[in-house]
Amino acid sequence: MKAKNISWLVLVLILTVLSVFFVYPKAPIGGYISQYMPWKLGLDLVGGSYLVYEVDMSNVASTDRDSVINGLRDVIEKRVNMFGVAEPRITTSRAGENYRLNVELAGIKDINQAINQIGATPFLQFAEVSQVDVPATATTTATKAQKLSLTELDGRYIKGAQLTLSDLGQPLVSIEFNDEGAKIFEAITARNIQKPLAIFLDGLSIIDTNGDKKIDSNDLYAPTIEERIPGGRAQISGIRDVKEAQLLVERFNAGALPAPIKLINQQTVSASLGQDSLQKTILAGIWGTLAVMLFMMIYYHGLGFFASIALFIYIALSLAVFKVFNVTMSLAGIAGFVLSIGMAVDANVLIFERTREEMKKGLQKSTSLDEGFRRAWTSIRDSNLTTILTTIILYNFTSGFVKGFALTLLIGVLVSMFTAISVTRNLLRIFYTKNNH
Amino acid sequence: MFDLIKYKNLFIGISLAMLVLAFVSIFTYGFKEGIDFSGGTLWQVNFSGKEVSIPELEGYLKTNFGIENLLVTAGSEKGIMMIRTNELSENQHQEYLAKLQQDFGQVEELRFESIGPVVGAELKSKAIWAFILVLFGISLYIAFAFRKVSYPVSSWKYGIATLICLFHDAVIPAGLYAWWGSVKGLEIDTNFIVAILTIMGFSVHDTIVVFDRIRENLIVHKGKKLDEIINISINQTFARSINTTLTLVIVLLALYLFGAPTLSYFILLILIGTIIGTYSSIFMASPLLTYLQKK
Repeated sequence: MKAKNISWLVLVLILTVLSVFFVYPKAPIGGYISQYMPWKLGLDLVGGSYLVYEVDMSNVASTDRDSVINGLRDVIEKRVNMFGVAEPRITTSRAGENYRLNVELAGIKDINQAINQIGATPFLQFAEVSQVDVPATATTTATKAQKLSLTELDGRYIKGAQLTLSDLGQPLVSIEFNDEGAKIFEAITARNIQKPLAIFLDGLSIIDTNGDKKIDSNDLYAPTIEERIPGGRAQISGIRDVKEAQLLVERFNAGALPAPIKLINQQTVSASLGQDSLQKTILAGIWGTLAVMLFMMIYYHGLGFFASIALFIYIALSLAVFKVFNVTMSLAGIAGFVLSIGMAVDANVLIFERTREEMKKGLQKSTSLDEGFRRAWTSIRDSNLTTILTTIILYNFTSGFVKGFALTLLIGVLVSMFTAISVTRNLLRIFYTKNNH
Repeated sequence: MFDLIKYKNLFIGISLAMLVLAFVSIFTYGFKEGIDFSGGTLWQVNFSGKEVSIPELEGYLKTNFGIENLLVTAGSEKGIMMIRTNELSENQHQEYLAKLQQDFGQVEELRFESIGPVVGAELKSKAIWAFILVLFGISLYIAFAFRKVSYPVSSWKYGIATLICLFHDAVIPAGLYAWWGSVKGLEIDTNFIVAILTIMGFSVHDTIVVFDRIRENLIVHKGKKLDEIINISINQTFARSINTTLTLVIVLLALYLFGAPTLSYFILLILIGTIIGTYSSIFMASPLLTYLQKK
């Protein structure tokens, strides 16, 4: 029994040491890890913007709406990437009939310019591709180059795009033009048979064609026109896979469908405001933790000492969990975690009080401890479950910065149930009750 | 042993008095809604140490931009000003910022929040729903957790006592905040709601500890009267109720004294709520059980 306790505890201790290295950026190995996996800090700490756009879907058929919102998300992500924002987060949400785009830009310098760019309606363009001779100069020989000339066809003339499958199961993208667009498209196809037609969104290729996972001037998406196409319906074939076809459909729709976006919520915080808050709150957390440890040791003596060790393990493990799951640490989130430190020892208080009670009844130290753990369990379980319930409700009913508060508190409660009970129990079984055996 | 049940009318009386005061405060002072709920703009700018008085800035904003609905307050440091007004569009925001920079020299924007009225109304209804869900969710859980102790107190009575305590613990800090708000110009925002819900989540802990002990003592001291069992239970758990609260109070105090000033009201609210929650757990929850039982 004891050997089992010891090996279990050694495992937890190794895990704790690893966690400390993992989370503390100034530790020798931790610094190395931090380069590859830094803490993800919230916008309120590093400065940045949280933007919410409402998508006006009133002119979009309800069946196309999901496709449009995904396409818009995509377009905005590309625009944001051009600003060099580290890990922009763009999510879509739905509140009743309202479609929203939430954009998080951390550490951005020129937020005003970003807002202007994001808000612009995406534009789709088509360009004819022709080969032109480049005459020899003093340093180069004569070559051929691709010349792109924009056509008058653009997103306004497109009704929408759809993903279909050919008889052989190959993905196809069907594009439908409006009446005017149909005429322009017919004219373009008539004069470009067996020539490529390049498609651009926001001035760059509509998709990544050279496979480097980014879209820049090296990419060119230009399907070949097989024949003159009247009637305003075209199909693109030869698409790599269904995923690519889906991407094309979404981007066509984003560029074609009249779904203007409007900024309805903006939160911008400068970095200088956050840095100071971060340091203060971390420091407050350290002072609070030390004071709690001191209190436990004064009031519960030896038992309190082991509870303090368990508390330290709790802090290390929770921080590691935050980092592993890439939880964004906002100011409210850190405050929530500090609060959970004050709660984590509550289970120990309940257990120790009960143990004392049992000892007063004349029971042996080790039996009292076992009774203490056993009898305190029901109230520990019930109170932690109510907190979990509260945090889940909080998480689902709030937005923005305060969401982090609910999340860290929730993770904290879960981890503390493990450390305050299992870790303390094993520590006490090995070190505290040995003189009774 | 302290005979709590003997003085139960006194303790419940204190709670009632605090509740009445809280309601009076809420109805007299009311809650001023923050931009989270009402929609609007909050704009914090730093004039880089340059002294700009409140009337000066208010006058400037009114004459230059024609902003009517306006509230300017001074920030924690010299030169930092907080402007609160109706929702500004991004174009207005940029135009005004450029003009400010032109006229006041170096102006740094510390924070700009603009929330449309639709989002505000949505956040408000979500906050109310969250409050209701927490209130009834916890109470139902307690009724469920105590389902096996049906004699002599049926489990739904534990749930009702919890519900009343939670309501008490939420309303009193809210009343205090309403009075406070009128003095200090505080508004209720999402943080306020989070604080109230957190208080409710915490305050039930001590109630559970007492109820849990009553549940146990009903078996151990079979045959004794409920009043007596409640007295025994409260006396047995008194120290741990105080100590679990104390550990929380310690970290809250640390956060209040040393933490970020932006969170200080949030922390203070939770601190007060935690103490009120402990009071209600010890002096209100169990006496309520005896009241419910007598009917």
